[in-house]
Amino acid sequence: MSRFLIHRALIALLVAITVSIIGFTLLRLSGDLASALAGDTATQEQIAQTAHLYGLDRPLSIQYFDWVWKALHGDLGRSLFTNEPVTYLIGQRIGVTAQLSVMALTFALLIAIPLGVVAATRPNSWIDRFSLGLAVLGQGMPNFWFGLILIIVFGVSLRWLPISGTDHFSNFIMPTITLGTSVMPAIMRLTRTGMLDALDSDYIRTARAKGLSTRSVLFKHALRNAILPVVSLTAVSLGFLLGGSVIVESVFALNGIGFLAFQSILRTDFPVVQSIVVFVSFCYILLTLVSDMINAYLDPRIRLG
Amino acid sequence: MSQRQEVLQVEGLSVAIDTPGGTLRAVSDVDLHVGRGETLCIVGESGCGKTITSLGIMGLLPRRARLSVKRLELEGRDLARLSGKERAALRGDRMAMIFQDPMTSLNPVYTIGNQMEEIYVRHGKGNQKQARERAEYLLHKVGISAATSRLGQYPHQLSGGLRQRAMVAMTLMCDPTLIIADEPTTALDVTIQAQILHLLDDLQRELHMALILITHDLGVVARMADRVVVMYAGQVVETGTAEEIFAAPRHPYTRGLLDCIPIPGKTRPGAPLGSIPGIVPSLLGPLESCQFRNRCPQAFADCAKAPVPLRETSPGRADRCLLPLGAPAQPRRASEALGAAE
Amino acid sequence: MTSIERDRVIISSPAPTYEIEIEAPSPRMIMRRRALTHPGFLFGATVVLATVIIALCAPLLTPYDPYAQDLSQRLIPPVWAAKGSWAHLLGTDAMGRDYLTRLMYGARISLTIGFGAAALAGIIGTSLGLIGGYFGGWVDSVVMYCVNVKLALPGILVALSLIEVFGGSVFSVTLILGVLFWDRFIVVTRSVTQQTRVADYVTAAEAVGASRFRIILGEVLPNVLNHIIVIASLEMAVAILVEAALSFLGLGIRPPTPSWGLMISEGRNFMFFQPYLVAVPGIAILVLVVAINMLGDGIRDITAPEGRN
Repeated sequence: MSRFLIHRALIALLVAITVSIIGFTLLRLSGDLASALAGDTATQEQIAQTAHLYGLDRPLSIQYFDWVWKALHGDLGRSLFTNEPVTYLIGQRIGVTAQLSVMALTFALLIAIPLGVVAATRPNSWIDRFSLGLAVLGQGMPNFWFGLILIIVFGVSLRWLPISGTDHFSNFIMPTITLGTSVMPAIMRLTRTGMLDALDSDYIRTARAKGLSTRSVLFKHALRNAILPVVSLTAVSLGFLLGGSVIVESVFALNGIGFLAFQSILRTDFPVVQSIVVFVSFCYILLTLVSDMINAYLDPRIRLG
Repeated sequence: MSQRQEVLQVEGLSVAIDTPGGTLRAVSDVDLHVGRGETLCIVGESGCGKTITSLGIMGLLPRRARLSVKRLELEGRDLARLSGKERAALRGDRMAMIFQDPMTSLNPVYTIGNQMEEIYVRHGKGNQKQARERAEYLLHKVGISAATSRLGQYPHQLSGGLRQRAMVAMTLMCDPTLIIADEPTTALDVTIQAQILHLLDDLQRELHMALILITHDLGVVARMADRVVVMYAGQVVETGTAEEIFAAPRHPYTRGLLDCIPIPGKTRPGAPLGSIPGIVPSLLGPLESCQFRNRCPQAFADCAKAPVPLRETSPGRADRCLLPLGAPAQPRRASEALGAAE
Repeated sequence: MTSIERDRVIISSPAPTYEIEIEAPSPRMIMRRRALTHPGFLFGATVVLATVIIALCAPLLTPYDPYAQDLSQRLIPPVWAAKGSWAHLLGTDAMGRDYLTRLMYGARISLTIGFGAAALAGIIGTSLGLIGGYFGGWVDSVVMYCVNVKLALPGILVALSLIEVFGGSVFSVTLILGVLFWDRFIVVTRSVTQQTRVADYVTAAEAVGASRFRIILGEVLPNVLNHIIVIASLEMAVAILVEAALSFLGLGIRPPTPSWGLMISEGRNFMFFQPYLVAVPGIAILVLVVAINMLGDGIRDITAPEGRN
């Protein structure tokens, strides 16, 4: 198993390096970052000054390696807009995004897994159709729109929940529901399919032949097998939530790294943008590695070869 | 009643399966019985209903299937009236089943020991420690050396033969009176097949459980069976002891099966083996005639007119044919059969 | 009729001969029968078709110009509300433009971008998947490496950055989205190709000396086609959702073009008193995306090989 994991880790490293290069080049694809920063009315001289000021007149590869070298020492540069260190900016806001993502994922799991299990044990019943309908709805709904609807209904008409801000836990309820409904359908469907396959299998027939209780058959035997791909999907979904929270953060005015990235893109604040893109990617890569490890641990066929 | 203690009594077992195309007569009106220390073989080709019959006896039919039965008794206990929970309490305890493919029949994420011990504990036979001891004892008994380390291993770490031995050991955990083995050797190599059959034979000699062996392989029947039930298209077409079936088959289907295999002493070397042309009829819709007639070398007009009843010629010997092979005097007519039914 | 094959089985000696006729419907008939009784497929196909027709015939269906502003007609609610009128069935927006008209023209944007992005992603993804799946070895490793890199990148942030750089026209948005969604195509195409590759008929083709290119196009691609269509429909739905989100954020389609996402964004300022400005385009997106998803699922169910319960 350790050879398997080392192999995965090496690939992850290669992917991480590639991602850092891509993140680095994203905003520079416009051709001339300096003139974008200097503004429309700048003269040639002002543009050249801007370029020199931000080190943009050096060859691209030098800029990249310089950035990587500094990053490895904890220096991600400074925001062009606020001049604060990027590490500080990210550190300030990562809490909000992380909290939102974890809450959204938990919310999704609490609905998706029980619903998926029940739907699989009663195929074609009303609850099966209901859960599939919910999945279809969840996958079809634009989540920014859903957030706005929630605000209209619960924030304004009913006045149950606060509309914006981050100080209170209740601020996170509507964003969590909004973000959670975007990942819930896939997890529910995977659980349901996995359970259906497991319940159809020979080893479940054996378990029933042994006279085991329904609870034991469902949870000890079937779910334990069905859950393996769901674990991977969950880890991957967390990575996706970290990167995709920008929309929900904008709708609910939450001060997370997604919203910061969005603002920075608008301002061509490239140190911030490249750092956040690379940071989120690295989180994703790390999460997939973790999910590989968990998978290897949970499945003895992988663990013991 | 019978002199010898019958472990299992089945009368009139039928299974209907609802499909989009109609109702399937998977099993029609099956009777069978097994006693202590006796081996009953159910023989037939794929799809003849032998597996469904066994699942019906165990109470493991899929959701879409409907069971109806006149009599279903295990050690005198009426199974038909029991609730699902009560049935489950008997499964694994008083009656156990071995399946065809040991690789897929064992849960890949739990150890062999775990899967064996849970039966013991679930049926209240003892605690975890006692279960472990019994599991180790049984693994040893089925011929698995290094039983202690095997208990901690996972199914994929064992070879096919070892897995099936472990499954046999698993069924013995609670010392059941009835074991149903559904094609236990089909998925294994030929040499391993012989070992498993030998093992089952030895265990039966020692423990006296009733054994129902389901197979399509007449070689297995010859080796293991005390009595035989031949099934075709969901019906029992012939019953008898192994000697009777092999020496003097009554039903043309049984005759056809025997013609397909070389029998030492009987088949001439160099002679071509027989075959049964045609295919199994559809099982949809009500029973209207003999199910074998369109493959039968001696079918005649009456075979198509009405269903053929199972006629018992002597205790334990029956056949479902209007023109049984080797029968004395006149052939039975369908009208006569109908008259007898009324 | 002629598409049903009748097999005749003759049972020979020693018994008298019988003829048994077996009817086996052709695959196309099976599919047609399934398609006509599959509620999800029917619903999806109907809605998508209706949307396409509305989008194409928009100028014929409405007298209004989606860009014509009339400030005297601002913020009229839909016909079912108290102050609504039949002149504007879905009311008007803050600039006095007829909402139903904007909705109809917006369908063009959604369908174009959705279809275009899915098609582009499909071409890229399927090609890479075929190549990786067929050749295996280091070629395959490179393909999987590309997929892993793509998956690691946060799609929305990359899309936002690229649009910031390249601008928000229908063309550039389609291109950018198309370049971001090919991973599912690759994964499925690759796996189907791997399975098909070891099939006997491919080995036969190779033995006869058929060129690789011909084998890939002639033998492997037809098998993959069903899967591609299903995935294309699902990715089209995703593309429509992402375009709406990007336009909503302001980094997608630029005003005054009537993208549904943009309409929601423009309606946001007024949403507390005129919620229909936000609700209506959102429902339109929801219905279209759900329909496309159901269509895709339906196609998958219909073209699934026999043997599925």
